[in-house]
Amino acid sequence: MDLSVKIGSLTLKNPVMPASGTFGYELAPLLDINRLGAIVPKSITLSARGGNQTPRICEVDGGMINSIGIQSKGIDQYIAYILPAYRHYEPPLIASISGETIDEFAQLATLLDRQAGVAALELNISCPNLRDNGQAFGMSASATNQLLSSVRQVTDKPLIAKLTPNVTRIQDIADAAECGGADALTVANTFLAMAIDTESRKTRIGNIMGGLSGAAVKPLIVRLIYQVHQATNLPIIGSGGIMNGQDAVEMFLAGATAVQIGTATFVQPNAMTTIIDEIITYLERHRIGAVTDLIGRFELA
Amino acid sequence: MKTFDARLIANYPVNERYWQMTLDVSARDTPARPGQFFHIRCGDAWKNPLRRPLSVYNYDDELRQLEFLYLIKGSGTEQMTRMKKGDSLNLIGPLGHGFTLPDQGPLLLAARGVGVATLHALARQARAEKRGVHVIISARTPGDLLTVEALNQIGAVVHTVTDQEGTSSTASVRILSEQLIRKEKMAAIYTCGSRRLSKLVQELAVIYHLKGELATEAHMACGIGDCYACACTVCNDNQLKTVRVCTDGPVFPIRQVVLS
Repeated sequence: MDLSVKIGSLTLKNPVMPASGTFGYELAPLLDINRLGAIVPKSITLSARGGNQTPRICEVDGGMINSIGIQSKGIDQYIAYILPAYRHYEPPLIASISGETIDEFAQLATLLDRQAGVAALELNISCPNLRDNGQAFGMSASATNQLLSSVRQVTDKPLIAKLTPNVTRIQDIADAAECGGADALTVANTFLAMAIDTESRKTRIGNIMGGLSGAAVKPLIVRLIYQVHQATNLPIIGSGGIMNGQDAVEMFLAGATAVQIGTATFVQPNAMTTIIDEIITYLERHRIGAVTDLIGRFELA
Repeated sequence: MKTFDARLIANYPVNERYWQMTLDVSARDTPARPGQFFHIRCGDAWKNPLRRPLSVYNYDDELRQLEFLYLIKGSGTEQMTRMKKGDSLNLIGPLGHGFTLPDQGPLLLAARGVGVATLHALARQARAEKRGVHVIISARTPGDLLTVEALNQIGAVVHTVTDQEGTSSTASVRILSEQLIRKEKMAAIYTCGSRRLSKLVQELAVIYHLKGELATEAHMACGIGDCYACACTVCNDNQLKTVRVCTDGPVFPIRQVVLS
């Protein structure tokens, strides 16, 4: 059985990897990290950031809202300590980078281009928690195109653009990313959301709004993958609400080549390896030789 | 730190808002220290996908039993009350840094609300080491005072103060604390459960040159240091730092904690 998938020039032994911000080497005692298709450490910024005010998370039906604000120690510390910490693991490392300007993205990409321990870059152009009212580069096709073009000039490593779901037509953004030089697309970041405690009348997130993730968003993500898959030939990494192998298979059928797991890891730390096992079981049960045979292969009702 | 299932031995209400749960953790060989916590799945993964961090109320090394005293705060802890003897719970832990004791001398503990659960574990450890332990328990009403019996039984001296009786103001607790610090020659002071108490304990620790520690609480997602949801601010060597309650704490030296 062949679980391997290609993300640009990068081959992964299986299609399951963590969603940025939900994974760290702290999971090592609870999860066999070497079984993952890729390693994705938390997004890194050029300089240190303290993150947003608390509460930074709240639970809602079928998921959670987060507004962490990319607490980060900056790129120097990332290169000096975070990257070496993953050196002895087998899966390739995809570095998620985040910036407040296009130039910051390019600077980060330049620095990481020299790092042998970085197999690909995921451009977090879609964090809803950095700028005012959830604004992100990924909301504008032209900004997305410019950003990808700038980063493309400084590195040959595979570039994965992490799109935001908070747009009217995601196909336009996907197209802009592809034209700018993206090798793959992550669909998608979290949905801008809000919750209020009715007893205290207080917002349940310190930053008022945050990003919704978890099982509740899965049908929305399946739809977005379908739309992006129709608009572009780039490999898609489905991300949002996958809690088990069946959910992952649903995203492959919608058009995803690989998947990212986030909230499920908070529920059960070994969720990713369980999901890999469940994908294998599905392929066996349906006598399918390669996971890539599932990509986009849904049928009309 | 491991993910494991534990069988529920007992789960019953202590009063209107608080419940106590006992788990059989004989399959586990890692002892849990006072101040550490476990991250617990509380039931329906749709309604309550996130785990709940509960600090150790008591860990019995001989019986291999783990006890939690928990406040029904929302739908997650509400679901926990529906669990019955024989049910299985999934836990991650023990997690975080627990309390540390001074080399010698008696301890003053000041708790409010569910904070007493965390300090109860510390009182037990200190009594097992034959230390003098005084516990100030603060609550809204006399009916809300928790664990007084249990603490008396292990030989801790309990001082109760309540809002209803007008004895729980910062000024009153300060007078009581200062008397105890002087008279008993306290070596260390610990607190959990109230910002007001924390500020007072922080001041007292500085004024009387006491070792002081605070057990903090926070909303958590992962509980193991990956997600940065449970941030709090500490000041170390005059530098403000945002740290994680789950892995850098939940117990911090009280001088470092920034209380707004």
